[in-house]
Amino acid sequence: MTSAIAPIGLMPYLVVSAAMLVLGVFGIFLNRKNVIIILMSMELILLAANLNFVAFSSAHGDLSGQVMVLFVLTIAAAEAAIGLAIVTVYFRNRGSIQVEDATMMKG
Amino acid sequence: MIPQLVFYVFATVLLVSAVMVISARNPVHSVLFLILAFFNAAGLFLVAGAEFLAMLLVIVYVGAVAVLFLFVVMMLDIDFTKMREGLQHYAPLGACVGGVLFFELIMAFSDWKMVPASTIAPLTGAPGLTNTAALGTLIYTHYVLLFQACGLVLLVAMVGAIVLTLRDTGMGRRQIIDRQHARTPADTLELVDAPLGASVSAQGGFLRPHQSYHETSVPGSYASGGMIEAEKREEEV
Repeated sequence: MTSAIAPIGLMPYLVVSAAMLVLGVFGIFLNRKNVIIILMSMELILLAANLNFVAFSSAHGDLSGQVMVLFVLTIAAAEAAIGLAIVTVYFRNRGSIQVEDATMMKG
Repeated sequence: MIPQLVFYVFATVLLVSAVMVISARNPVHSVLFLILAFFNAAGLFLVAGAEFLAMLLVIVYVGAVAVLFLFVVMMLDIDFTKMREGLQHYAPLGACVGGVLFFELIMAFSDWKMVPASTIAPLTGAPGLTNTAALGTLIYTHYVLLFQACGLVLLVAMVGAIVLTLRDTGMGRRQIIDRQHARTPADTLELVDAPLGASVSAQGGFLRPHQSYHETSVPGSYASGGMIEAEKREEEV
């Protein structure tokens, strides 16, 4: 099987993807106050998933993985749009986007 | 040698910019580093032979999502220095969770191998096609339902974003079905005899028999006094 990533191998891709995932999770914890950076960290996590999909798709010579990346990209774009709309409305109502201020539902 | 070199350059810049995304003091810098990360991920996609997805990543993420982030970051008037206050407080917990996650991933990698021979024939498209053409033949045949579901998701996201952010000021001309049904012809329609030879240009070229011509469909909107009322309503809200 002469795949495009044969000279590099699958493992470096998986390591980079795992590092991206960990960085995304760490970013969510690090920027607990800023919703926008949390959304960006989620984008990083989705990018890690996409990288894995592409690497495995290339290694297997199967294009299904790349179709799944298309779907993940759609979901990520929709999620970013809805999330930023919610952030905008929240900022308009409360005057802040700190996650810790979102305590109204506690009752 | 060249592919490895390209891969490691892209991977290094990707990881460094990902670190900068989560650690930059200014959120605008975070967004710009996110754009850099997406460019380098597109480079990694290219190295893996997924040209169409690489271009798609650049167009969708850099062209749309990152610009959306940049727009929101710049639009919201936030004191970002206050946001950074509890950083040291959260860093140990995040490092713990991240470390555990990374350790688990290393453990998963250490004892993992690919299934030697897949029983399902891989979906490759016709041989000799470019990556884009092969993806197209797959998407529009084998994965057409998934493709339609993508469109549905985007439609729902669009409607949701509009519904969330639309601010109703009460100034628009809108349809009130009840008022339309309650209208009788006598309210608005009257047959008048236009006098022969007499001009109606003083009335703007029309005979206006009813006061109702000067009323708007929604009381309080668009009339000169109505504007003020609507502004008052908005201030109360």
